[in-house]
Amino acid sequence: MATEKIEILDTDGVNRALTRIAHEILEKNKGVEKLAIIGIRTGGAHVAAQLTEKIREIEGEGVSHGTIDVTMYRDDLGARSNLAVGHTDIQFPLKDCKVVLVDDVLFTGRTIRAAMDAIMDIGRPDSIQLAIMVDRGHRELPIRPDYIGRNLPTARNEQIEVEFNDQNKAMAIHLFRA
Amino acid sequence: MSFNPKHILGIKNLTADEINFILDTADSFKEINTRQIKKVPTLRGKTIVNLFFEASTRTRTSFEIAGKRLSADTVNISASSSSVVKGETLEDTAQNIEAMHPDIIVMRHSASGACDYLAERLNCSIVNAGDGTHEHPSQALLDAFTIRQHKGDIKGLTVTIAGDVAHSRVVRSNIHCLNKLGANVRITGPKTMLPPGLEKLGCEVFSNLNDAITGADCIMMLRIQHERQGKTLIPSLREYSRFFGLNDENLKLAKKDAIVLHPGPINRGVELSSSVADGKQNVILDQVENGVAVRMALLYLVAGGEKLQDE
Repeated sequence: MATEKIEILDTDGVNRALTRIAHEILEKNKGVEKLAIIGIRTGGAHVAAQLTEKIREIEGEGVSHGTIDVTMYRDDLGARSNLAVGHTDIQFPLKDCKVVLVDDVLFTGRTIRAAMDAIMDIGRPDSIQLAIMVDRGHRELPIRPDYIGRNLPTARNEQIEVEFNDQNKAMAIHLFRA
Repeated sequence: MSFNPKHILGIKNLTADEINFILDTADSFKEINTRQIKKVPTLRGKTIVNLFFEASTRTRTSFEIAGKRLSADTVNISASSSSVVKGETLEDTAQNIEAMHPDIIVMRHSASGACDYLAERLNCSIVNAGDGTHEHPSQALLDAFTIRQHKGDIKGLTVTIAGDVAHSRVVRSNIHCLNKLGANVRITGPKTMLPPGLEKLGCEVFSNLNDAITGADCIMMLRIQHERQGKTLIPSLREYSRFFGLNDENLKLAKKDAIVLHPGPINRGVELSSSVADGKQNVILDQVENGVAVRMALLYLVAGGEKLQDE
């Protein structure tokens, strides 16, 4: 059976969504002070880099930026074959930071749970907020995003993919329906 | 790629891709050791038994710390304080330990092949922490990791290994590991300490240290293993030191940026002069530091994966 591919957002759409999220983050946090953008490997890390760039353009000021790998904190280790463990790279103290955790697709919420545990092991931030490119529903944990690129109710067997170019910039978002 | 080994018994049966996968995994775990809170929940609920039938400080501590930083429960058993002194056989000891359902047994034993023997008979995973004069995989992996850290790619490097080759499991594992990763391996030592057939393992054999280290990128000095030999292989430690000891003078024959490795414990003034042992070129403490990360990777890879799912 052929898989149907539906475009949810094109390059301009992705760009506008990111710009809006950047503004929302700045509005809610009243600027960049103590703000830290942390992306979840690998998709979220790319989106986080783009958001960091947008914030710099808007505020004219840089913001702390890091990447986190949650493999070591997954709740399904041992139930699947070994996953490669990626690097966690957070080069600033998290104490008193307002962390904005970034991922590309929000689904069950289990990755976010793992990421929050991982962050708490590294330091004690003031708060953690969540920014997501696509929220596709089907949460299995009480987790709610603060910033959403696109709300998209899906069926469980559908797939959402954020497409990145060679510079790791998000170019489009597609839904695959079997 | 994904790599789901049930046991880690030696380097000989690993592919270059698998070795690199282990080293990459170790690279990611290394960051944990620099955190303020050095613990991740990865192996929560797993039990690791460190079964050491031979003396060890570095390896046992390193495995224990590695297990603890991954949140596993680690138990140490050393031969001197166990039922072995009452005459229990290896297999009986191991079966009794297995009856308590550990997930991994990390074992060091004086008999070559002891780990393979247990791996065939027990259900839990076995990690070889050194068996007789056979293999010492975690040491070879942390050596490769340290070389990679200082030199980038291992491919094309010239690595000289010098000393008591006949009694060294570290050498055997290292020859396999370095060959698979594309290094040129040179071996040297007193004739009585060089087993025949080394060339067949794919290394160049030298009869004197100076030739062997000329132009080398890495020099790996081995410890004279007093406990594994009579006094007959070398006339005296002093003579050994004179012909096969590394000092400031002969170290100049190697490349300017050459690094000096040693699996420890070092015999100061025997295989390494004190000035080399404290010198800038030696990376011995890096090896120890990296050992924890490499062993975390091994425990993670052995414990993870579908094979251990309990039904």
